[in-house]
Parts: sequence; structure tokens; C-alpha cells
Amino acid sequence: MIAYYLELGFRSLKSSRGLTVLMLLSIAMGVAACMTTLTVYHVLSGDPIPGKSDKLFNVQLDPRPMRDLESDGEPEFQLTRFDAEALLRDKRAGHQVMMTGANIAVDPAGSGKADMAAFFSRARYTSSDFFGMFESPFLFGNGWTAQEDEGKARVAVISRELNDKLFDGADSRGKTLRLRDKDFTIIGVLNDWRPAPHYFDLTLGAYAKAAELYIPFQTSQELKLGRSGNMNCWGPSPGGDSSQLASPCSWLQYWVQLDTPAQAKAYKEYLTQYSAQQKSAGRYERPPNPRILPVMQWLSKQKAVPSDIGLQVWLAFGFLLVCLTNAVGLLLAKCLRRSGEIGVRRALGARQGSIFMQFLVEAGSLGFAGGVLGLILTMAGLWMVRQNASPYAALAQLDWAMFGTTFGLAVAASLVAGLLPAWRACQVTPALQLKVQ
Amino acid sequence: MDIIPILSTLKRHKIASGLIILQIALTCAIVCNALFLISERISTINAPSYMPDDELIVVAAPGMKRLENPEPQTNEDLAALRAIAGVKSVTIANQMPFGENSNNTGVRLTGDPNTPGAVGAAQYTLAEDWLKTYGLRLQSGRDFLPEEYVAGSVVDPQEDPIVPAIVISANLAKRLFPTESALGKSVWVYGKQPQRVVGVLENLPISYPQPGGEESFGLVLPIRPSYRGGYYVIRAETSQRDAVLKAAVAALDKGTPGLKRVVRYQKIFSDMRSDYYRQDRSMVWLLGGVCFGLLVVTAFGIVGLASFWVQQRTRMIGTRRALGATRGQILRYFQTENFMLSTAGIVLGMAAAYGISVLLMKSYELPRLPLYYLPVGAVILWLLGQIAVWAPARRAALLPPVAALRS
Repeated sequence: MIAYYLELGFRSLKSSRGLTVLMLLSIAMGVAACMTTLTVYHVLSGDPIPGKSDKLFNVQLDPRPMRDLESDGEPEFQLTRFDAEALLRDKRAGHQVMMTGANIAVDPAGSGKADMAAFFSRARYTSSDFFGMFESPFLFGNGWTAQEDEGKARVAVISRELNDKLFDGADSRGKTLRLRDKDFTIIGVLNDWRPAPHYFDLTLGAYAKAAELYIPFQTSQELKLGRSGNMNCWGPSPGGDSSQLASPCSWLQYWVQLDTPAQAKAYKEYLTQYSAQQKSAGRYERPPNPRILPVMQWLSKQKAVPSDIGLQVWLAFGFLLVCLTNAVGLLLAKCLRRSGEIGVRRALGARQGSIFMQFLVEAGSLGFAGGVLGLILTMAGLWMVRQNASPYAALAQLDWAMFGTTFGLAVAASLVAGLLPAWRACQVTPALQLKVQ
Repeated sequence: MDIIPILSTLKRHKIASGLIILQIALTCAIVCNALFLISERISTINAPSYMPDDELIVVAAPGMKRLENPEPQTNEDLAALRAIAGVKSVTIANQMPFGENSNNTGVRLTGDPNTPGAVGAAQYTLAEDWLKTYGLRLQSGRDFLPEEYVAGSVVDPQEDPIVPAIVISANLAKRLFPTESALGKSVWVYGKQPQRVVGVLENLPISYPQPGGEESFGLVLPIRPSYRGGYYVIRAETSQRDAVLKAAVAALDKGTPGLKRVVRYQKIFSDMRSDYYRQDRSMVWLLGGVCFGLLVVTAFGIVGLASFWVQQRTRMIGTRRALGATRGQILRYFQTENFMLSTAGIVLGMAAAYGISVLLMKSYELPRLPLYYLPVGAVILWLLGQIAVWAPARRAALLPPVAALRS
């Protein structure tokens, strides 16, 4: 029966080409607009570390003075060096990491490529647990150990990108990497890695690319290599150097891995105790106000997804709604035009249900075609998004889930659009139609 | 006019007319809001920077080796840049609007660092010739005197640094001293000693302007950054800008082999500005595209439905023509019908536009839709309806009465 309905449907679609093309375009454009914006939204608001995002927690403390106390009670965004080092020493979580971003000059003359001009590279100064906690994939070698952290070892892990640039993709372990005028030994090379959003440090832009080179935090401080990212100071720093241990400045990201809710609860209690201790020692003025937030909550609180993206999704759905209304109107016109045909079919014994099915099948096949066209338009739309120079442009790719959703949306949309006309069609009174003919 | 017969015809096509009204209403609502968003974004993009955007070049060139005293190198660089043909003036800055970084500080009116209520402001630390280079205008007071400039590498590490003078923006002056002139007053910004306000600028852009956000303040301290972390800002003739940029990079690159310099940043200020507003620009295109798409879809919807109605009413048209109706009357019949449908849609659409605007205000902190966008949307949709219905209505008017009656 369905095959017969399909044939009828195709015949009717063919007989009024203009209307069919209009409906098809209408559905395809609406679906494509929705899927393009939804894909961008899906990619940007996705879980950057699925399976572990509820175990990684960002740590916030509140070391600022009473005078700046704000009504929202929000603690400081990042940690001071003093607090970060104290928490790292105490090691109360399964894993913990303190770190900051940086931009540092690489001297290729000292790192394999004698004739290449010096260039700046995205760097991360971090303690040793970074690679395990954030699951960065290694192509060669490993990260460093906590002993090397303390020993201020001159070791580095580089990205595949940098490895290709300096060492033509070879296993560069044991080779020298010269940063400014300081030499480091490469101990590991990461594989391609682009956590999106760049959740563990949002200060460089929520969709920043991962760093190209990683060195131990303590080493970077001993060598006085500069840093980048946000820094907030609430008083003068000793010697004008805001990255000193005693400087009242927050500039470090601190993350912990807590595998169970009980561990999370215990860690929060530990932080409260720590804050109280700091207050009684006179370092803190405010009452203890620590926060730990898992990845997804942290991202939503920091509003990592640009608000324009949400606006675009709403706009696209508005567009789809108009396109659907349009398709319903046109389908209805087409159905009613065929009242005579329906009358004949009914008179020959077709049930109301059969007529209803016939028109739904017709709408469904229209949706299928609309889906194919919509998919092509979606890809074109995403291609246009990628041409944009925004930092997340390259991320706008269609995955299988979105591929399926596009098709589903097109078919569902046209079935919804087909409901009303099909219902009207099966209401046609055969006798009246036959009399008119 | 034949309003009554039109109404009675439409009554027999409730669903179809309802659908077209709904479509016009939705289009009207979305187009009104989208047009408003577009105009907001355009005014953001075109907000004045108060600086000669097309004449400025920004270059940063730190070295691989860290010099403990960077001052001689900085002075050498400044002299080399000034010597380039076509350069009007040169200075060195800790930050530029639309640049890579943002330095902010708190301004207090007492020496006690524990007083609450410090006013936050963008902190520029600049060298000689900054006023000329940035192209800013003083509202009152004067520029810094040569002896008021100090080097950042000297004062930053000091326990009790002395920076005697400060220039502030007019809005900051008004905020700190609402009733009197700020000139000659003491403010505490840098170190333990106060700075005296020597000049008030008409405008001073902050590093990351957020139009529609909170009021933003700015100030300038006569603390000269060094080549290590500063940005050379060069003002040149617009026509020679690209050549000057090339020459500046070459000048900074050569002659300092011991330092191993890297030209880390080299941009024309107008490009920095245009990059900064990139997202807003693409949003304007997107909104414009959606508006266009909506109007096209709605127009085709009207064409499709009107064509169907013309076909369906062939017999009626023939009868009317046979009874003496002119072609003009048939044409006007369909035009009036469309006008009535559009009007109903527009009335609904205006209410919806307002509703959407309220929702947007809540979820995206956007300003309220100004009422004058509603008539603009209405006119657009009336015109659209009339244009779309023209072809089918004309086809109806041209139907020969005999052929119509025969069918």
C-alpha cells in the first residue's frame, strides 16, 4: 500500500512542480538554518572531557580584603600563587594541578632548526598532574613527575604541531628546546589535541587552542619567563613583581580530581578549614568562602558559550517556524485542489484512514527530499561558518548525531506540516465532489 | 469597496487565511526585532574610538635575552622609529584599545589603601608624544612636562615610587569631582604618594569597549614602558602607512644581534578595530540574511496561496466579469484581500514583536525594541504582500470571462 501511496505522491508532486519546489526549498532552508546554528551550539557547548567531566573540579578561594566585598559573594576567579602552592603541597585530592598560560619566544637556532626565525608560541606552565588529569594524548614519551616539579627540572612536552615544525615530526625526545635563551630537554610529544571549550583555562578565550609547549611551573618561575592570561591584584606587590609568592594577585588556575561525591565533600571541608586557617593567620580578611565546581557547571557559570550563539539558534527556529507555516499553507492548497481525485477514491471504497495515510506519505517523501537538500544546505552553512575568523570557526563540523538529527528534523517537520492538510483531505465528502464534477 | 464579499469568501477558507496571517505575523515579529538588532550592532561597530584609526601602527618587539636595564634599547628604538620617512610621531604604550591586553586599576581619593569605593579605570602608562600620537584632545589642563615622565623599569620595583602627575578622562573627572574642576586635585592611583591631575581628556577609549555596558573610565600615567613588554605606537600618513609598518619592523629587527629580537606583534590599528568587531559584523550579516530569507519565503507563500485561490475562483471571476466587472475591479479585489490579510498579520505580528523583545531583554540583556520599528515592519510587510499578490491578481484580471465560465 505504502508503495502505491509513494507512487501517487510522486505523481502529484510532479504534476505541480512550482508548488513542490517552493515547499521543498521552504523546508530545506528552515531545516538548514536550524541545523547550522544547532551544530555550532552543540559543538561549543559540548562536554570537553566526557566521562570525567563530573570528576574534575575547579577550585576558587576568597583571599581579597573586606573593603572590596561585593554583594554577590562570588569568590576570586583564580588562585594566588601562595594558595596554589599550599594546596599542591597538602595533596588532599586524588590529583591536583596548578598552572597558567603564557606566550613564550622559541629560539629555533637552539632547537633543531638553525635557519628558522624565532617565533612566539602558546605555552602552559603547569605542575606534573596536568597530562593525566586532562587526558592529553601522547605520541611519544610522557609528562614529568612531581620530583621534577620540585627539582625545577628543565624538561618540556611539546605539541605535535610544534614537533612537526621544529623536528619534522620525528621522535624528538632527548632533543633540546630553547625558550628565550634557556635550554630544555624534550621528554614527550603530544598527539593532536583540541579540548573545546578550553575549559581548564578560560582566560585565554573560551575556544583557544591548546598550548604548543608545556614546562614545569616552578622552573618557569625560577627562570622568570613571562606569563599571559588574567591577573587581578588587590594591593602592591613586593618589588613590583606580581608573580611573587607573597603578591596579593590571583592568576593561577587550580583543578582537582575527586572521584566520588564523598571525596568532593571532604575536599570542600578541607578548603573551608584552609581558609579559616589563613584568616586566623591574618592573610585572609573575609570569612571562608571556597567553591569547587565540576567542568560543565564551571563552563555554564563562566558563560563560555557566547550569547550570540544562543540568539542565533532562536532566530533559526523562528525561521523554521515560518518555513513550516508556509509549507502547511502550500500543502493545504495542493490537497484541496485535488478534492475531486479524493472524492473518486473515496467513492471507489478507500477509507478515510487510507486517504490520511496517502497524504502523510506524500508529505513524508517531501520531507525526505527536503532532508537531503537541507543536509546539503547545512554543509554549505557550516562551510560559511568555518570561513569566519572566529576562534571556534574550525570546530563547526557536522558529526553523525547532527547528521541524523538533520534528517529527522526535516522528516518530522514535513510530517507535522502534512498533518493538517491530510486531515482536511480525509474530510472531503465524496458525494459532493462527484456532483461538482 | 467589496470588503463584505471578501470577508465572506475568507470565512470559507479559514484555515488557509489563518495560516497566511500567522506567517505574516511571525515574519513581522522576527523582522522587527532583527532589524533592531542589526541597527544596534552597526552602531556598536561604528562607535567612535576618538583616535586616528587609519593612521596608527602598533608593533611589539621583545628580545629573547632579558636585559635588566631596558631603557637604552627602548630609547634607541624610539629614535629609529621617529627617523622613518612619513612618521608623524611615535610613543610606547602598555596597552592599546582593541589590543591583546587590558590593564585596569582603582582610583581613590585618600591615601589609605583600605578605603572602600575605589573607582575602576583603564590604566594607560605612556611615554612622550602620546597625546599627539593617540590624537586625543584635552578638555582642560595640559600634557605632561618632560620632567614628569619616569621609566617603568625604574619605578615599578621601588618601595615608595613617586609619580607626580596624572591625566584623566572627562567622565572620570566628573565621577570623582562632580561639582568642581578636577585640575590640581590629588588622586591615589600608583604607589603610596598621590598624583596631581594636570589634564582632563575629552575622551579616552578603554581597551575593550562594550557599548551599552557600564560607563567606563580611563587614565594616563607618565610611566614609560620598555621594549620588553610595551607596544610601539606609530602615527603616520595614511598613504604611507603600509610602507612605514614595513620599515618599522625592519628597523626593530636589525642592529640588535645580542638581544635576538622577535617582532611579536605588528598591526594597523584600523585592522585591530575591525578584528575586534568581527563577531558583531558576522551577526549583522546573519541577521540580514535571515530577514531576507523570511521575506522571500513569505512572499512565495503568498504567491502560492493567491495562485491557488485564483484557480479555485475561476468560475466566480468569470461570472463577475460577465456581469460587468472591469479587469481593474478583479485586480483590486485580490489586492484588497491581500491587504486585509496582511493587516491582520501585522497587528498580530506587532504584539508578537513586542513579546519577543521582552523575552530577549530577559535572556540576553538587550535593550527594549523602540516602538518606531513596528511601523517600519508594517510597511515592509504591506509592500511585500502587494508585490507578491500582483502576479496572481493580474492573472485573475486577465482571465477572459468566456473561458472562465466554460470551465
